[in-house]
Amino acid sequence: MKKFEKLTSAIVPLNIENIDTDQIIPARFLKATTREGFGENLFCDWRYDENRNPKPDFVLNDKTYAGKILVAGKNFGCGSSREHAAWAIQDAGFDAVVSSFFADIFKGNALNNGLLPVQVSDDFLHQLFIEVAKNHENEVEIDLEKQTITILSTGQQETFEINPYKKSCLINGYDDIDFILNQKQLVEEFEQTK
Amino acid sequence: MSKTLVEKIWNAHVVKSEAGFPDILYIDTHFIHEVTSPQAFDGLRKRGLPVFRPKQTIATADHNVPTLNQHLPIKEELSRYQVDMLTKNCAEFGVELYGLGHPFQGIVHVIGPELGITQPGATIVCGDSHTSTHGAFGSIAFGIGTSQVEQVMATQCLLQQKPKTMKIEVNGETGIGVSAKDIILYIISQISAAGGTGYFIEYAGSAITSLSMEARMTICNMSIEMGARGGLIAPDETTFEYLKGKEFSPKGEEWDKAVAKWKTLYSDADAHFDKVLTFNAADIEPMITYGTNPGMGMGITQNVPATNKQAVPEQLSYQKALNYMGIADNSPLLGKPIDYVFIGSCTNSRMEDLREVANFVEGKHKADGVTVWIVPGSKQIEQQAIAEGLDKIFEAAGFQLREPGCSACLGMNEDKIPAGKYCVSTSNRNFEGRQGQNARTLLASPLTAAAAAVTGRVTDVRELLAEHV
Repeated sequence: MKKFEKLTSAIVPLNIENIDTDQIIPARFLKATTREGFGENLFCDWRYDENRNPKPDFVLNDKTYAGKILVAGKNFGCGSSREHAAWAIQDAGFDAVVSSFFADIFKGNALNNGLLPVQVSDDFLHQLFIEVAKNHENEVEIDLEKQTITILSTGQQETFEINPYKKSCLINGYDDIDFILNQKQLVEEFEQTK
Repeated sequence: MSKTLVEKIWNAHVVKSEAGFPDILYIDTHFIHEVTSPQAFDGLRKRGLPVFRPKQTIATADHNVPTLNQHLPIKEELSRYQVDMLTKNCAEFGVELYGLGHPFQGIVHVIGPELGITQPGATIVCGDSHTSTHGAFGSIAFGIGTSQVEQVMATQCLLQQKPKTMKIEVNGETGIGVSAKDIILYIISQISAAGGTGYFIEYAGSAITSLSMEARMTICNMSIEMGARGGLIAPDETTFEYLKGKEFSPKGEEWDKAVAKWKTLYSDADAHFDKVLTFNAADIEPMITYGTNPGMGMGITQNVPATNKQAVPEQLSYQKALNYMGIADNSPLLGKPIDYVFIGSCTNSRMEDLREVANFVEGKHKADGVTVWIVPGSKQIEQQAIAEGLDKIFEAAGFQLREPGCSACLGMNEDKIPAGKYCVSTSNRNFEGRQGQNARTLLASPLTAAAAAVTGRVTDVRELLAEHV
């Protein structure tokens, strides 16, 4: 799994609430049998018209926005459990997603792929949208070790929560399967008690 | 100490619990389908691992399958490839597959219960968010991502944080024309599409316990539409009666032992829930959604809520949703012309749904210009519907009975709603593009959908039911 330590980057704002995983990657693109290549269809129906021409008003088509941090409205990733959503975001070059609220399954899927979900307060999220509107190049720093997110242009900072186990997985690039496989004997013993 | 049902089942499945780590939770039953499993099988190959407990994994093909001419090869190349891949993977790893052509094939959340594989007190997962459906039997059932599918295949366990618990009580009796679908759409409209996030929900109260198993599945199915990964209902005589004699239900002495154990599965009277909500069944009318998430629903006689009544930061997203739907705020939906009716999906494609619709449309005919698809949840349901003569009733009404699969719930096969068209759908999600690019979905119960099919408009089914009296 991809490691995550510290990230400093401009942000890509998507000020929409309740972005479901059908928007992140529509179902018709789920027919692939590998994990790669979903990035080109990230937010496909918001990003392209029927003839696959980029819609100029969509943020991913605006070259003045660039960065590895996607910032979105609350309840990000609701709906379908498709991990393809996390793969698509990562494949499009993002390493972190910031929102004031994440849907559970998406959050787990992101963490299992080394894509960091950073949950901030409504006020901080609002501030992020304001700062990026002022200057698209304004940068944000995410420090996983310290669990902080900082708007570098203003110095505003918040701490964020992350499960300590998941944090160590991200920093070290471990995954859950390695963890459980190391305790397989316990699993077999448990089965005997059932 | 008093415990909730979720805690009882959870605790009975904890292999290891250590401070600072998620619990290692043992999984009894793992359902898989063609869309979210190929990368997991691939992961096993890369690690050189087998499926650890193949007998506890059951596969079916549902998301991609056509709903006409299932005996022919799948026309769409990528769909065919994905379904073939499932067949190959199951053969290679020793997993039982109820694929196309098998008499048990169907939507994964329909076949598990109807075969008696879904049982009270079990832990059940699937790479599909509507796995919450199985909670209707008093089990801990939830959707997972593909990395977790791989994890369960490799270890029969998941690393999971214990969820918070919520109790939702619905008391009293529902009125005429109000079904389980209306109850759950009402709850979601009250607490929003995110209101259950972080919780497992236990549904209780007389309006819930009086429901049939199929209706309970409709309720639990949509738990995820308020963000809750799981929803469950304590098992009772209704549950045992449903399971008795099913293909994989315990038999003979084993049955008696199982029922004795299942009878211990309830929340203790003074158990602590992290949140408790109470609703009155009499307040619920037939429901319909007007927006692009399942929380955007209302009683069918209501007006679409005003944009300026929404919290200020939410107004932009709210207006975006209404623009997509081509629906104005402050206006009624009753009488709005519709183009398609879809009766199907893991929410409402079971025998009772089909019988209710058939009973309603017998002697009626669909309105001109409306396309009506009925997609049964499984091969067994399709066969049963034909055996009961429902196919004839549907045919006479101009409703097309198709073959089983997920179909137009998410349009991964050919069953797509065209751009701009309105579909009254018994499925579970009204997200943008869910039923086809730029399609517009109005979620409702099977009865409300059938009423719309007959009139060609959004209709209060109670008015048509009253005509019978």
